[in-house]
Amino acid sequence: MGLCERCKKAQATFHLTNIKPSGEKEERHFCERCAVEAGLLQIQKPSVNLNDIIESFVGGAKESGSALSNLVCEECGISYVEFRNHGLLGCPRDYDVFKEPLAKLLERAHDGATHHTGKTPKSLGTARTTQQDIHRLKRQLAEAVAAEDYERAAELRDRIRELEE
Amino acid sequence: MNTPLDEVARRPGEWLRGSGPLHDIVISTRVRLARNIRGFPFQPRADADQRADIAATIEAAVRKAARLNEFQHLDVEKLEELDRALLVERHLISRQHAEGRGARRVAFHPSEASGLMINEEDHLRMQVMRSGFQLQEAWEEIDAVDDAIEEQLEYEFHPQYGYLTACPTNVGTGIRVSVMLHLPALRLTSELEKVGQAAKDMKLAIRGLYGEGSEAQGDFFQISNQITLGRGETEIIDDFRSVVIPKIVEYEHAARDALLKNRLHALDDRIWRAMAQLQNARLISSNEAMQYLSHVRMGLHVGRLSSVDLQTVNELFIQTQPAHLQKLQGERLNGEQRSIARAALIRARLSNN
Repeated sequence: MGLCERCKKAQATFHLTNIKPSGEKEERHFCERCAVEAGLLQIQKPSVNLNDIIESFVGGAKESGSALSNLVCEECGISYVEFRNHGLLGCPRDYDVFKEPLAKLLERAHDGATHHTGKTPKSLGTARTTQQDIHRLKRQLAEAVAAEDYERAAELRDRIRELEE
Repeated sequence: MNTPLDEVARRPGEWLRGSGPLHDIVISTRVRLARNIRGFPFQPRADADQRADIAATIEAAVRKAARLNEFQHLDVEKLEELDRALLVERHLISRQHAEGRGARRVAFHPSEASGLMINEEDHLRMQVMRSGFQLQEAWEEIDAVDDAIEEQLEYEFHPQYGYLTACPTNVGTGIRVSVMLHLPALRLTSELEKVGQAAKDMKLAIRGLYGEGSEAQGDFFQISNQITLGRGETEIIDDFRSVVIPKIVEYEHAARDALLKNRLHALDDRIWRAMAQLQNARLISSNEAMQYLSHVRMGLHVGRLSSVDLQTVNELFIQTQPAHLQKLQGERLNGEQRSIARAALIRARLSNN
């Protein structure tokens, strides 16, 4: 185990072996950072880094005043600043207390999304008969049509209509 | 050192069973759901009593759920460090959970195919793991586990944001789909950036074997979703199932075919040298062992090697990890002692084939 051949400082943890067309081998040794920087590897931190998002958001928010950083949840006592520093919320109510600053953060972290779609707890009653079921039924409908099973297709079509209403 | 986990260390574990669709490349499929229960603050703001209450409430719910009656429950707080490390190596708990403080639990089915952590970053994180590429099956199972637990307690659910999580990056579905891939040929041909691109196009993250913050070892890569809000569970799964994973598998197959066709001697050299190292080394680190085992595994799958069976290779991947090694030896070992024991274990297993 030697040092990284690029920065010559950090321990080399990525060991790359290229096999040339001639069959000759070439061994290369990099530290993680240099490997990523040199574009040799795509091993990187998750593309969505919460701290970056929060930093950039808070950076932008400062200009519009410090009101945001004074936000505090009465229920759990966490302030928006504390959340910003640790990346974790204190209690479920924070989603409403910090709604405004969080909305922008959520949109950035989730590719513009603002509302949940998908599973909902059964205890909520209406539950589950939503998009997910329709989505699944539509796929089954397409399969039934492809298989020329028109009886089943008609059944599925009726169920989708019911759900969509 | 005699705990229920001694037996666990001897088994290969679900994620390296080496079966299931596309198992030559897709090692395992994992789906995780994050949930928090009503009436408590999130983990960072919960005091010791609340943490204990959360742990007791969820454990009681899990024990009451008929579907989960075979789960084994362990108190992580009371486990020895080595046992906790063992659970991390088996992907039954995260590093964060192993190193955390206060009341926290783990429970899992004896097959290790499903399990859950209590009081990790969220009150409850459950997972289902399947060998090979079995996303639909994994999703259906975890959906059922989630329903079974929800019958016993109430989750925090927001009309707009869905399942609430301590970290806003998990809010919505709380789902994390992770597919573990073995991509030795793409690494040998320096084509890994193709994989990076395919993942990036779909806003997926690539990590090493042990998730967040870990490096790629032995040519294993984990691909997982980042977006949890605004996309349904089945949509997220469909992205993996019909787009990303087939594409990456195709790249790896193409790279393997190209090596077989154009660089056969170099490929054979790599495989057989790896075999020779494993059969002869007297001191071997875990990373080094992973790398050679990776090449031997590829050798088996491309049909250039048959003197060792796949099951043995798969078992060695996990049994050569530090905590497993110490469990199997029945004693604590320092770094050098581990390297000696690891080399001896590998030599013994490869000569008994």
